[in-house]
Amino acid sequence: MSLDKDNVIKIANLSKISFKDDEIEKILVDLNQIIDWVDQLAEVNTDKISPTFSSFENDKGMKKREDIVSDGDYREDITINAPNSEEGFFLVPKVID
Amino acid sequence: MKNLTELCLYEAREGLLNKDFTSKELVLDHIDKMESSRSLNAFITETPEIAIKSAEKSDLKLIKEENGELEGIPLGVKDMFCTKGVLTTASSKMLSNFIPPYESTVTENLWSEGAILLGKLNNDEFAMGSSNETSFYGPVINPWKSNNDQINLVPGGSSGGSSASVAANIGLGALGTDTGGSIRQPASFTGTVGLKPTYGRCSRWGIIAFASSLDQAGPITRNVRDNSILLKSMCSHDTKDTTSSSKEIPNFENAIGRSIKGLKVGIPNEFFLDGMSNEIIEIWDKGKDWLKNSGAEIIDISLPNTKYALPCYYIIAPAEASSNLARYDGVRFGHSVKSSDINEMYKATRSEGFGDEVKRRIMIGTYVLSSGYYDAYYLKAQKVRSLITEDYSKVFKDVDVILTPSTPSSAFGLDEKSNDPISMYLNDIFTVPVNLAGLPAISVPATLDSNGLPLGLQLIGRPFEEETIYSFAKIIEDSANFKNIEKQWWLK
Repeated sequence: MSLDKDNVIKIANLSKISFKDDEIEKILVDLNQIIDWVDQLAEVNTDKISPTFSSFENDKGMKKREDIVSDGDYREDITINAPNSEEGFFLVPKVID
Repeated sequence: MKNLTELCLYEAREGLLNKDFTSKELVLDHIDKMESSRSLNAFITETPEIAIKSAEKSDLKLIKEENGELEGIPLGVKDMFCTKGVLTTASSKMLSNFIPPYESTVTENLWSEGAILLGKLNNDEFAMGSSNETSFYGPVINPWKSNNDQINLVPGGSSGGSSASVAANIGLGALGTDTGGSIRQPASFTGTVGLKPTYGRCSRWGIIAFASSLDQAGPITRNVRDNSILLKSMCSHDTKDTTSSSKEIPNFENAIGRSIKGLKVGIPNEFFLDGMSNEIIEIWDKGKDWLKNSGAEIIDISLPNTKYALPCYYIIAPAEASSNLARYDGVRFGHSVKSSDINEMYKATRSEGFGDEVKRRIMIGTYVLSSGYYDAYYLKAQKVRSLITEDYSKVFKDVDVILTPSTPSSAFGLDEKSNDPISMYLNDIFTVPVNLAGLPAISVPATLDSNGLPLGLQLIGRPFEEETIYSFAKIIEDSANFKNIEKQWWLK
């Protein structure tokens, strides 16, 4: 599968990254080269093979715990690195008119 | 008294316990070395004040015999581990102002055993790279140079600051992270010992996430014994990481010197590559002989899906990365570009904050996860991953370890491969399958090539059998009799 410029713009939009025109040309070449290369997986027969999402202890699944609060009260720590915060909240540009 | 940076970790441990010197003396020598080695660009942040203060505390504990297992031992930490109150950047502009309000579990474990932070080490941006050239803070220089010319070489990556600092005797060991070879490949390029533990052995909590199903922390050291000592203190069962294993943590050091007589070593046919250099084949053969001479049995094995491991990895790792890196939006921490529109703020922040390789991987990851392509790429890759894992489970019924080269070449020059993503990705051809299958593996320095550059051998083990790996690694180390760099040309 080969990507064109429109695909790249769409993926960039989904990725929330913007590219200048000359950067789009360059990343288009890079992405196509990589996609061509990973396309070789198509030749592997994976009928009836289930996917492995994690190798953790042979994929028996993650541990679960009771849904109880065991930690917290770090409001100041959490907002300390925020570029904009006020009264313990993160500030963002207005999203609803 | 000789310069204390010439000691390795276990020698320093002994010297401290015997009161031959104090932790403060040990740390001061290392701080001098760190400062006079700045031309290597191995450290992003030096923490001499923290180190001296911690050393003074350690010296009191040593006097009172209340010492931990790593009491007074100075270490470098890859800048992927969050350290409370100390700048943690992942070598990215995106986090160039990030001071974590918390400590990673692995580093917390080390400090509670008395280890001392010397500084934060450079790496490829968000650990994406195999040469340390994608760092926002510039490339790290390999302390090794070829006999034939004086060009600067890469230290491998992504844990390039870790491998270079250990090879240059700045710190008695270093922490790395390994997602596709980021500990073992740089270890091979710098003549150091690097282990990627079994997935789940070390907690990932507080490590900046790249690809969560593959990421694992591990030690880089100057010898196998040091490595086993450091690993022991890194491991714990951590309820803050659901993939942290509750398996018992052995005293790995006990495995050093254990006999390998009668154990079986697999040699995978598929790791012989077309056009592989004779030097790599020769050292591989030598490795087999060393193990055979120590009583192990050598068996030819097949891992038929090996050739699909790299393309499989370059779908799964970017997919997980694109998801993990979605958090960098300029709202809660890190680099942020002001805008009156929230979407513009996200885009401007991410376009400015991420470097080219990170953007490339986010784009690939977003593509393979996007509607219409998910099955063909992401799901397909996860199925191929099952086949690769199955290959290993099958052969581990017959063999105890697998022996392979660590890398297809020795260290290459700066800028030599940085414009060709795929040729850079091929560096990890021998290391990537191990991450996909979640197995433990080590790279041990085995020889110098004809240019006088280190080459490593890789030993892969069954899940949670790091001890077996260490027993074999010690035999390779003793047989190879590898000597560290003689001429410290970079010192100022």
